[in-house]
Amino acid sequence: MDFSSINPILLLASLMVMATPLLLAATGELVVEKAGVLNLGVEGMMITGAICGFAIAVNTGSPILGLFAAAAGGAALSLLFAILTQFALANQVASGLSLTLFGLGLSALIGQGYQGIKPPPFPRLEIPLLSDIPVLGPILFRHDIVVYFGIALVVAVWWVLKNTRAGLVLRAVGENHDAAHALGYKVVRIRILAIMFGGACAGLGGAYISLIRVPQWTEGMTAGIGWIALALVVFASWKPWRVMLGAYLFGGVTVIQLNLQAAGVAIPVEYLAMSPYLITILVLVIMSADKSSAPASLGRSFHASQ
Amino acid sequence: MQFTKLLATAAVALGLATTAMAQDKTKVGFVYVGPVGDGGWTYEHNQGRLAVEEHFGDKVETVFVESVPEGPDAERVMTQMALEGADLIFTTSFGYMDPTINVAQKFPNVKFEHATGYKRADNVSTYSARFYEGRAIQGHIAGKMTKSNIVGYIGSYPIPEVIRGINSAFIHARKANPDVQFKIVWAYTWFDPAKEADAAKVLIEQGADVVLQHTDSTAPQAAAQAAGNVITFGQASDMGEYAPMPRVSSIIDNWAPYYIARTQAVIDGTWESTDTWDGIAPGMVGIGEISDAVPADVKAEALALKDAIAKGEYHPFTGPLNKQDGSAWLADGEVADDGTLLGMNFYVEGIEGDIPQ
Repeated sequence: MDFSSINPILLLASLMVMATPLLLAATGELVVEKAGVLNLGVEGMMITGAICGFAIAVNTGSPILGLFAAAAGGAALSLLFAILTQFALANQVASGLSLTLFGLGLSALIGQGYQGIKPPPFPRLEIPLLSDIPVLGPILFRHDIVVYFGIALVVAVWWVLKNTRAGLVLRAVGENHDAAHALGYKVVRIRILAIMFGGACAGLGGAYISLIRVPQWTEGMTAGIGWIALALVVFASWKPWRVMLGAYLFGGVTVIQLNLQAAGVAIPVEYLAMSPYLITILVLVIMSADKSSAPASLGRSFHASQ
Repeated sequence: MQFTKLLATAAVALGLATTAMAQDKTKVGFVYVGPVGDGGWTYEHNQGRLAVEEHFGDKVETVFVESVPEGPDAERVMTQMALEGADLIFTTSFGYMDPTINVAQKFPNVKFEHATGYKRADNVSTYSARFYEGRAIQGHIAGKMTKSNIVGYIGSYPIPEVIRGINSAFIHARKANPDVQFKIVWAYTWFDPAKEADAAKVLIEQGADVVLQHTDSTAPQAAAQAAGNVITFGQASDMGEYAPMPRVSSIIDNWAPYYIARTQAVIDGTWESTDTWDGIAPGMVGIGEISDAVPADVKAEALALKDAIAKGEYHPFTGPLNKQDGSAWLADGEVADDGTLLGMNFYVEGIEGDIPQ
């Protein structure tokens, strides 16, 4: 056992990379749920985004275009969910679950022929001066652009939800859609936009895995991150900062357990492998013991006539 | 009345004709653990399948199912293949061992060939390659090339085959460089690019400048490439798209001759349950081209090692060797027997860490 081989600077740096897909997907889902819609299809949208982004990046040679395609792919799939739940008034839980199954199948179909292919490398952002700062430089300033985008997204979502009129309207729709409707807000339209935003974020998170973190395509490669994102939103009490904390915690424990294994720590691998899930949920459950609760209209269908 | 009789006769005749036609062709099935495009293990098995098709042409029909999980699902896939008239089924992963035996009991007329396992029956053969011979060469290059003296190793499952590879690589890395250390991460998967990439990154972060893998995807190669000055070896397949750096050499499995020979045996009716374990000499294990990133003298030594193994002059497990706990295993000059190698469940002296149980 040799802890000195674990480099805390690199550990913190890779923690941010590990957490980014989760952070993106969970932030998107948070907005969806704040609008009163429960979309269980995060996993399906992520994996669809992963293959859309991968395919476009491989075919055009541009990973940036791939990221846009991933967001578009995730949003397009979420539109299916939006039509089912907002117009056909289908059950949101059932629609979300089937969206995940559909996304996994669809991505496998699109992904035929993309296995084992090398995507174009993603440019690493080297911020001059800042990236040369000792300790902080490698941790904070030598990442790809999506890592920063993820953080900016959390800040933006927090600020919009808390301080803007649009955020207030979105929350009103999520808390009481009948009242919001009575005040003249377009409940269905707002919810569809929120769902598409969630889809785009999930797609981007998926593409981060297939284009930057791995980078390769394989069926089912999101491996349950979408479900973790869903759980994270609930345990974070629908608060953006806690979502970020949970995502970094999850990423951090994932990295640490791999490091401990490589350092030869005598803890059975199975315990190490389950530790990210356990610790993240435990910490967030303890934190969510305050009085904040779910948006009141979460998961309920809305129709103007009812 | 006559009309129905006519129809019935036609139907029977048609049925006979189709069965006769079906019997003309020998049907060979393949069960794969990963996708055929994995660029590693399954890719090479599929190359073997394609070689069978090319060799026999119209006489043989092949079918395959990819990405079959090890476990009950494998049994379902094999049963389906047997029901669809396969005469010979290759099951190409260690975890298919018990499913293969179970299905083989139900279909005594179908021949089964299980890769890398040790359970046989009258209609079940086993076959494997002596990958550890290739691991010895990798270990030598790794020991010579590492500057940090840390070699990372991505293990799949803690089964004898993988442990044998770790031991063989370690023994030869230590011979080339007495200061070398191995860091081992168990991925618990044969094919999961995300997990493999994470494992490779962690090993690199902990100072490994050589990464060996016993998992099938090219993700560790991509991670090494991103890191820059890290070398890797192609696993099961050449992975030549990552040459000359990070991939400096590879172990290539060549199943084609075996698959053709076994299919021929089924056609001739001479098939018997056998146990095949071939290495570099018969060509089942190939060493991919050693790239220019390796210094010429190291390359020459590696090739000399390969020749010595191929000629049978040298066995990678030759004493004196101790087990991890320091107890004696092989005396000076003694060579490990196949039985011990097949059931290997211990590290040799010098490797740190425990094998997960």
